[in-house]
Amino acid sequence: MGVEGIGARVARKEDKRFITGKGRYTDDMVVPGMKHAVFVRSPHAHAKIKSIDTSSASAMPGVIGILDGKQLTEDGIGSLICGWAVHSKDGSPMNMGVWRPLAEDTVRYVGDAVLIVVADTGDQARAAAEAVVIDYEELPAVTTALAAMKDGAPQIHPEADHNLIFDWEIGNGADVDAAIANAAHVTNLDVDNNRLVPNAMEPRATLGVYDDSEEHYTCWTTSQNPHVARLVMSAFYNVAPENKLRVIAPDVGGGFGSKIYIYPEEIVCLWASKRTGVPVKWTADRTEAFLTDAHGRDHVSNIKIAFDADNRITALKVDTIANLGAYMSLFSSSVPTYLYATLLSGQYNIANVHANVRTVYTNTTPVDAYRGAGRPEASYLVERAMETAARELGVSPAELRRKNFITQFPHQTPVIMNYDGGDFGASLDAATKAADYDGFPARKAEAAGRGKLRGIGMSCYIEACGIAPSKAVGSLGAGVGLWESAEVRVNAVGTVEVLTGSHSHGQGHETTFAQLVAERLGVGMDTVSIVHGDTDKVQMGMGTYGSRSGAVGMSAVSVALDRVEAKAKKVAAHLLEADESDIIIENGELKVAGTDKSVPWFQMALACYTAHNLPDGMEPGLKESAFFDPTNFSFPAGCYICEVEVDPETGKTEIIQFVAADDFGNIINPMIVEGQVHGGVAQGIGQAMLESCIYDPDTGQLLTASYMDYAMPRADDLPSFDVSTTVTPSPSNPLGIKGCGEAGAIGSPPAVINAITDAIGSNKLEMPASPQAVWAALNAK
Amino acid sequence: MTSISLNVNGRQVSGEAEDRTLLVEFLRTNLGMTGTHVGCDTSQCGACVVHVDGQAVKSCTMLAVQANGSDVTTIEGLASNGTLHPVQKAFHENHGLQCGFCTPGMIMAATDMIRRHGSALDEKTVRQELEGNICRCTGYHNIVKSILAAAAEMGDAQQAAE
Repeated sequence: MGVEGIGARVARKEDKRFITGKGRYTDDMVVPGMKHAVFVRSPHAHAKIKSIDTSSASAMPGVIGILDGKQLTEDGIGSLICGWAVHSKDGSPMNMGVWRPLAEDTVRYVGDAVLIVVADTGDQARAAAEAVVIDYEELPAVTTALAAMKDGAPQIHPEADHNLIFDWEIGNGADVDAAIANAAHVTNLDVDNNRLVPNAMEPRATLGVYDDSEEHYTCWTTSQNPHVARLVMSAFYNVAPENKLRVIAPDVGGGFGSKIYIYPEEIVCLWASKRTGVPVKWTADRTEAFLTDAHGRDHVSNIKIAFDADNRITALKVDTIANLGAYMSLFSSSVPTYLYATLLSGQYNIANVHANVRTVYTNTTPVDAYRGAGRPEASYLVERAMETAARELGVSPAELRRKNFITQFPHQTPVIMNYDGGDFGASLDAATKAADYDGFPARKAEAAGRGKLRGIGMSCYIEACGIAPSKAVGSLGAGVGLWESAEVRVNAVGTVEVLTGSHSHGQGHETTFAQLVAERLGVGMDTVSIVHGDTDKVQMGMGTYGSRSGAVGMSAVSVALDRVEAKAKKVAAHLLEADESDIIIENGELKVAGTDKSVPWFQMALACYTAHNLPDGMEPGLKESAFFDPTNFSFPAGCYICEVEVDPETGKTEIIQFVAADDFGNIINPMIVEGQVHGGVAQGIGQAMLESCIYDPDTGQLLTASYMDYAMPRADDLPSFDVSTTVTPSPSNPLGIKGCGEAGAIGSPPAVINAITDAIGSNKLEMPASPQAVWAALNAK
Repeated sequence: MTSISLNVNGRQVSGEAEDRTLLVEFLRTNLGMTGTHVGCDTSQCGACVVHVDGQAVKSCTMLAVQANGSDVTTIEGLASNGTLHPVQKAFHENHGLQCGFCTPGMIMAATDMIRRHGSALDEKTVRQELEGNICRCTGYHNIVKSILAAAAEMGDAQQAAE
């Protein structure tokens, strides 16, 4: 490892623009003639649109146009799609309703877009939006999945009887039932997974520009995957053919999944730009973000784990109902199925696993992937149940887990996943040591002396990252391949540009990708630039989500670097009159091993472009590309331990220590990896103790639609974290990387709730464990 | 419309502001200074913090006309002659930012915090005083570390100067 190469703690290259106010986010963009858009949204959770009167609004100052869903339909703009086909267990396809970018006849959640108002200024557009008169006929609404499935519940889409979208299963059900019937002990737990709002700090925004002379569209947008946005808007929404649509995702202020999807606003602003003849910019305000960014989680589940007399797990059975909201968002079907139930074997050797998942429509914001996407829900279920089982069996939670760990790899679970490597005992050891797990009883006694209830909780999570290979996900219903592309351009002076289909919105790719290049080509990081986020520059890409940029995106760069190196060595061998197998690349030079003969990197590059003296038949230039498709998912895993103190008078819980020991495989930049864990753990603690998305059950109004009402984690809600890593390289990609973006949010909620329930001696506690909820659980005993 | 004139980052600027125009809108839209961000509508997130006459202010809670005649420092004006302010430097060195969206407000709030507390700042105080600045990426761990590092460095520099 050099000072800049793989494994080095390099401060980020991209920081300077952000710390000096030079970041360029979508809302910062200004183009000539740009106007401002405001969406008129449904104030009702469920209603028929009887009439729309825009006459006085249209006459207001500055108003350029007010457009509706009928015009959108006239222009042939398509309906929003769900990109992953999941079939019910009877073989029937999903009962998917229609989602129009602008609602024409029926609105199905508070925030459903009905009209777009374009005006000279944002204030004028807002004023005109308020002057629009829409006559609604209110319909009964339903907000929870359980209520939506009942007889007589309001039917939200004609396609979905009882609002059921699909009833899906995985695993070996009959074997599971037999094992449970014969078990020495069965732990049985009902578990809710609370609905969350992702809350990237940058609200979503888009700027649509139509150039009629070229019949060309440009879309600036807050996207985690601009190429997917272009593909979907072109192939399904009929906005424009791909060669006439450029999508640019400039600096993006956090995503956490919520900026994967192609929302109505991107489509409508592009279309409105053509209709009105002006560039149209829309930026969400925060309440609009709460109402319309795809939400996360919202599961109701039961889990049963069966043990034999030796405390070995013989079966695991899960029944889940997932609330998908009013419409099926882009990946909504995959989150509670293939990203969830496939991880229910956890870190454990379980011969029999079965899960049944029903997904339902409700009159709420669409639900889709949020940091972890399915895997936090799986981890929470399994790890809450394991801790509960240990208490019921009267054994150490750590040792119950250790006894059931998978120790031989590869390991085929009964739920599709084939774990290719790991060392779960190593992360358990690292975490218990860092947390002084064995010393807990003394700390508990000391706290009791101060009138505090101290508790400790553990979670051993596993997840599947990379979200690949393409052939595998295709066979499971995915509408896209999940490879990644890269292009490495060595310029004539030897500087390097890497074009990647991954997208950085906080992850630090401009640094870590450059570290890889520095390691491989022996050049300084300051001579390496990373280009991403623009469909005109980067050929194609699948974007950043599922902790895939390292495992898949950087692997594509690595393969392209192999090809650059191979050609560079050929050129150097020719220039040095040596054999190419003797050429090594280091410290900015190509050297003949064991001699003092060398050619500087830049001189080799220049030779590629002057082409005066290249090997016979070699093409000029030095530029290589690659599409990398991994051979398996990667499987990050780890052990988290949380220790809390509860004040029994108030129910207020303080986290005394939080320890994370993760196995992410090989690591490019430990500083950045630690930062990812910090952020993920904070979001997980937020879910466990603070955050909850609450709808009024009668009206379907979102009651937690601002930072006044939704408890975002603040600095004084959180401790500093103790994070460390153990390493077993992933065998499924050339870099041995597993991915680190989501682990913190996956592993932490069960550790926190296990700690609090340990402290209060009651297991009846759902997230978020607010002081009120903890006090109630404590006093309900 | 009211004509206003203020000193922003050492440069005298003037412009027309509606009575309802917020300082942050004036900075972003009228002056094109987009380093100051808007992350919420309720003065909770702190992405818009600037300094007005030396004090940290959420520029979404102040009307532009109220800043008439004031000295305003934004994130764009914190570095001097290409040298990063110690707080900017500390955020860089301690990985105190990820997506960068909350960062301008964090840095401006931190600078004010250090001005008020000096090197006596401790972790608990930093966490309490960051109550008005929300970050979704970092879990605050490295933000707190950055602010403490900057406070220590600025305290040392002040001592050396005395």
